[in-house]
Amino acid sequence: METKMRGADIVIRSLIAEQAELIFGYPGGAIMPVYDALYDYQDQIKHVLTRHEQGAIHAAQGYARISGKVGVCLATSGPGATNLITGLADAQIDSTPLVCITGQVAAHLLGTDAFQETDVMGISMPATKWNFQVRRAADIAPAIAKGFFIARSGRPGAVLIDITKNAQVELGEFNYQPCQEFRSYKTHYPIADTSILQAAALLNGAERPYLLFGQGVILGKAEAELKFFLDKSGIPAASTLLGSGALSQEHPNYVGKLGMHGNYAPNLLTNQCDVLVAVGMRFDDRVTGDLSRYAKQAKVIHLELDPSEINKNVKADVAVLGDCKESLAKLTEAIASKKHEAWMAKFRALEQQENEAVVQHDLMPTKAGLTMGEAIHHINRYKADDAVLVTDVGQHQMIAWRYFNYKKTRTQVTSGGLGTMGFALPAALGAQLHDYSRQVVCVVGDGGIQMTIQELGTIMQTKAPVKIVLLNNNYLGMVRQWQQMFFDKRYSFTELDNPDFIKLAEAYGIKAKKVSDRADLAEAVEDMFIHDGPFFLEVVVEKEDNVFPMIATGCSVEEVRLN
Amino acid sequence: MKRYTIFVITENFIGILNRITIIFTRRGINIDALTASESRIPGVHRITIEVTVTEETVIQLVNQIEKIIDVIKAFHHEDTGVVYQELALYKIPVSRLDGGLEKIIRDHHAKIIAAEPDFVVLELTGHKEKTRELLEILKGYGILEFARSGRVAVAKRMLTIDSFVN
Repeated sequence: METKMRGADIVIRSLIAEQAELIFGYPGGAIMPVYDALYDYQDQIKHVLTRHEQGAIHAAQGYARISGKVGVCLATSGPGATNLITGLADAQIDSTPLVCITGQVAAHLLGTDAFQETDVMGISMPATKWNFQVRRAADIAPAIAKGFFIARSGRPGAVLIDITKNAQVELGEFNYQPCQEFRSYKTHYPIADTSILQAAALLNGAERPYLLFGQGVILGKAEAELKFFLDKSGIPAASTLLGSGALSQEHPNYVGKLGMHGNYAPNLLTNQCDVLVAVGMRFDDRVTGDLSRYAKQAKVIHLELDPSEINKNVKADVAVLGDCKESLAKLTEAIASKKHEAWMAKFRALEQQENEAVVQHDLMPTKAGLTMGEAIHHINRYKADDAVLVTDVGQHQMIAWRYFNYKKTRTQVTSGGLGTMGFALPAALGAQLHDYSRQVVCVVGDGGIQMTIQELGTIMQTKAPVKIVLLNNNYLGMVRQWQQMFFDKRYSFTELDNPDFIKLAEAYGIKAKKVSDRADLAEAVEDMFIHDGPFFLEVVVEKEDNVFPMIATGCSVEEVRLN
Repeated sequence: MKRYTIFVITENFIGILNRITIIFTRRGINIDALTASESRIPGVHRITIEVTVTEETVIQLVNQIEKIIDVIKAFHHEDTGVVYQELALYKIPVSRLDGGLEKIIRDHHAKIIAAEPDFVVLELTGHKEKTRELLEILKGYGILEFARSGRVAVAKRMLTIDSFVN
């Protein structure tokens, strides 16, 4: 049955039809009819008013990454829309499903430089999987249906739908039809049996096989399939930044983390394996280092859903195109059951070297100043198994990632591909609002938190019980580390005079505590977890600590340094 | 580096061409020529792009173009894999004409498509080398304007776009 209603009502009814329960946004002139309609549907769809559109979109990203659902945000035209761009680019590069709806000036004003008009279609094009401008009420529902389908299917990504104001106030038919397919878009690739046979043959003959897994495993809900594959194959497995959590770190095959600040063995031994299996990862430059010296000795098997990623950075000897949930299951059937004890022992021996050279200093330091690592160490002691770690970008991100004990899938939210400072606080808010009962720990640096610190206001208003751990070294620490190592310690504009963060948190009604002494750290972390509600813990850390191991830019994975 | 023709079969939606060109500009690759037109199937457009790159790059470009949601199919061929044609127009001042023009037109199989009191316009279809050759000759006649189209092309292999557009 078709009914006529305002375009603005169609927007909200379409979101409800797509099972959007929680949306984030910020009102303004060109989106006001939609906000007016929203007023009538508050019992069916919740809206969170952030303090900045960037906060809204990062919150939607945090929500999407933890829930597995499409994150939704609303913004007005002009500056409202341009403030979304960082989040769109971030979501797109990290394959986060997102539908953003922006208001636009009335259709007859398009292209006239009207008040708050910007060419958001042009601006957002390189940062979205798909974008579309709607100028008639009747086209709203089909666009939203298509947008949700595109955002969540295939390799997920960011979608922007721009709706002119006249389309929001005119009447249109509403008869919601979810989108399931259309001719120009392929979401499913049947797994080629020949590729499975070739991959199995390589693996069965391998003496030093090695598996790398990325976020594709999480997005493809293939965590169980990965585990069964590893159980049977006996292959050592390492995680990318965004893949962390896809496999419990307690799994016997788990050997650590890849990349510029990953673990020693997983990087070094990449250049000693004979068969390299990459699952749902895209050989980012932060993982590979110098490509011309990356795993040249190995036969590469790449299990990947996005055809454009195959052979993009690393040539695959066997490419298995398709959903890794299917391909991993098929490959598990096709391979022989094996153990690789001697090879695994190599990883363990190098892990021991890393423990002695780096980990001990980070987690059990002997010098006076606190390290970032020991804060994470205490978080591990008190956190629940399914606690979510949300991080910003920089030293604290790498340290938290290195030392957080990942046991469950979908426990990690960070800005990986884009490296967006200011991401963590709003993303943690979004992750927390998906589930108030789950622990969400937001580890953030003193630089990044000040990029979106206004979202403390949203935390106050929503009472989201986010545990904020500020690792404060009064520096833009990662840049300072590079200045120390590669720019002769010329600390050009990296030192920060910071505000009193405790007063600031308290001004927002958030319970806060500052720790500078080791003796107080454990108790403070415990208090933070016990506290019913949001908590702000500032840990004053050593000013000039560095993150190791490290693969410097332009170096090979085998040149990973311990100091 | 080699010259390639990239064919893009796409839905006729606003912004598609922009999405395609972004892929080239982002990688700092110059498009040698580009033509767009409706195909013989209503609502389906075809875009023909000429580009000089390595084989590795053209494969990446095609993969990225094909990834665009509203692109139905993208593929590429070397010059040997396509039949292609270009059209050039030459505007010559009447004051410079002498008896030599007839021979030039005959030799190049060009034709006069417009004659005005002050100028004539010649048309020549053919590959770039051929149209350029005529341009060089006509410089001697004080050529006023020269315009050359992008490449229009069809692939030699026996696949029709119907197989991509269900």
